[in-house]
Amino acid sequence: MIADLVISLVFIGYAISVLMGFGTILTWVERKQAAVMSDRIGANRAYIRIPGTQVKLVWLGLFHGMADGLKMLLKEDFKPRTYDWYAYAVAPWVVFTPVLLVFAVIPFGGSLTPARLWEPLSAFFGDKTWPMQIATLDAGILIVFAFSGLTIIGAMLAGWSSSNKFSLLGALRAGSQMISYELVLGLTVLGLILVYGTVNLDAMVRQQSGIVLGFLPAWGIVYQPFAATLFLAAAIAENKRIPFDLPEAESELIAGYFTEYSAMKMGLFMFAEFIEIAIIGALFTTLFLGGYNLPYMSDAGFAFPGGAAVAMPHGAVVVTQLGTFLLKVFLVCSFQILIRWTLPRFRYDQVLMFAWKFMFPLALANLCVTAVVVWAVRS
Amino acid sequence: MSRKPHVRKQYWNEPEMGLWEKAYLPEILRGLWITGSVFLRNMGKWMTGRKGALTTYYPEETRWDYAQANRGKHVLTRRPDGTPQCVACNMCATVCPAKVIEIEAGFDPADAAHPKYPVRFEIDYSRCVFCGLCVEACPEDAIRMAKEVPNLPSGDRWNMWLAKEELLDWQPQSDVAKPYPPAPPRVPDGERG
Repeated sequence: MIADLVISLVFIGYAISVLMGFGTILTWVERKQAAVMSDRIGANRAYIRIPGTQVKLVWLGLFHGMADGLKMLLKEDFKPRTYDWYAYAVAPWVVFTPVLLVFAVIPFGGSLTPARLWEPLSAFFGDKTWPMQIATLDAGILIVFAFSGLTIIGAMLAGWSSSNKFSLLGALRAGSQMISYELVLGLTVLGLILVYGTVNLDAMVRQQSGIVLGFLPAWGIVYQPFAATLFLAAAIAENKRIPFDLPEAESELIAGYFTEYSAMKMGLFMFAEFIEIAIIGALFTTLFLGGYNLPYMSDAGFAFPGGAAVAMPHGAVVVTQLGTFLLKVFLVCSFQILIRWTLPRFRYDQVLMFAWKFMFPLALANLCVTAVVVWAVRS
Repeated sequence: MSRKPHVRKQYWNEPEMGLWEKAYLPEILRGLWITGSVFLRNMGKWMTGRKGALTTYYPEETRWDYAQANRGKHVLTRRPDGTPQCVACNMCATVCPAKVIEIEAGFDPADAAHPKYPVRFEIDYSRCVFCGLCVEACPEDAIRMAKEVPNLPSGDRWNMWLAKEELLDWQPQSDVAKPYPPAPPRVPDGERG
């Protein structure tokens, strides 16, 4: 019992530090990647001077994130005199918290047996094995949708309670856009559920460590390339980033539903957006890119298509899986940033048209074809 | 009141999208390919220690393609004996449209040819418009402009007042109009005469 608690606390600490780390690093990655993509250098003037010397540490502009955070913390927290101050104050947290909660069901590693990591640990942990996941829920993917749906409420609350026309318009846009794209998101994942026959994310990842067609790793993107594309597009629309950033389109709505927010409250909205990039990366990795496993890898080690197998010690497997997961998530995040700095913004009617008249039928068609194929193969 | 139904205007250059463009994905992939390859090329340059950007870090680096005739920082010339060529006539300060030149004249009875000399000669670069009228107005060829602009950016506006000593001692490499006399040891004002 105590051992379970300790393991859970360790996992929660790991998950929170990973998410916060990604949120902080991604602000820097976004700036630098955008700069390198457009032949610029990017933010590089923030420095820390070693006290008593003239040595200035620049470190590729990494301190800009710190400077930003400090600025947001020290800024005046300007509040509008709104009639609904409670909703106004609570809205950033309603946006921010579900984003963190989604990560609870995402497996960030295979199984962990502390006794096999280091012998003396067996006195405390026994021979038990824990899956590296905060909450091992059978409902996995459903929980993800349930929690990510909550962020709409935060956006609507923020827009409604700000007593500002721009905020209200932004909130309306956010609401209609996020609900539309959530539908597409769910439909694309349905095909995957048909293929794997489960909604448990860890079981999905374990099924992806196999081999299909003799040489390809059995990743979701191999089974469902079409769904993967639709999923990524719909997920970016869920996150309200360019090319779908209509709810916060600067040229039309100033900052959309968080126009009236300042200081760290506005920072929370921004931070939630950046963490959601990481969450989308983690979900995409788990569903379509084989999760925490390298190709041909499972908890036992590597099993290559030719029949050759390489066994690995438990510690090496755990470290490889943790590292692989982080690397994959980072690459997907980087790809999202590439999209954000490549495509121009949609017009508002086009966004909804795109969801209902283009992606929705495609997702349905994908689902039908998948269902037929799965039925034909299984019977 | 009759209302005309809204008719959408047809433009002669209305873009026509074929099936390929309407399918979104191929064109999006093409765009991603362009930006992605620029990213990888620049990233490769940064990784191998070269510069993958067109930007010039301004105060640390300057562009190589400054025009020869670029009007940068001012130079005060000297006579062969090392005294400033300036006779403190205040012509440059008068013509200056930004009123950035301040001169305080002094009297030197020992130098019969040029009894008037500048005790203070200061330029406020935070207001200077680099028009070059001071150079044209000078009757003595005492002030010139070189093409380089070194050490002007600063965190404090008072650092942008440059005094006589700095303008006299600065030896820019690019001014080929007249070779400067090699700077002799400077004689302090008090010891002269």
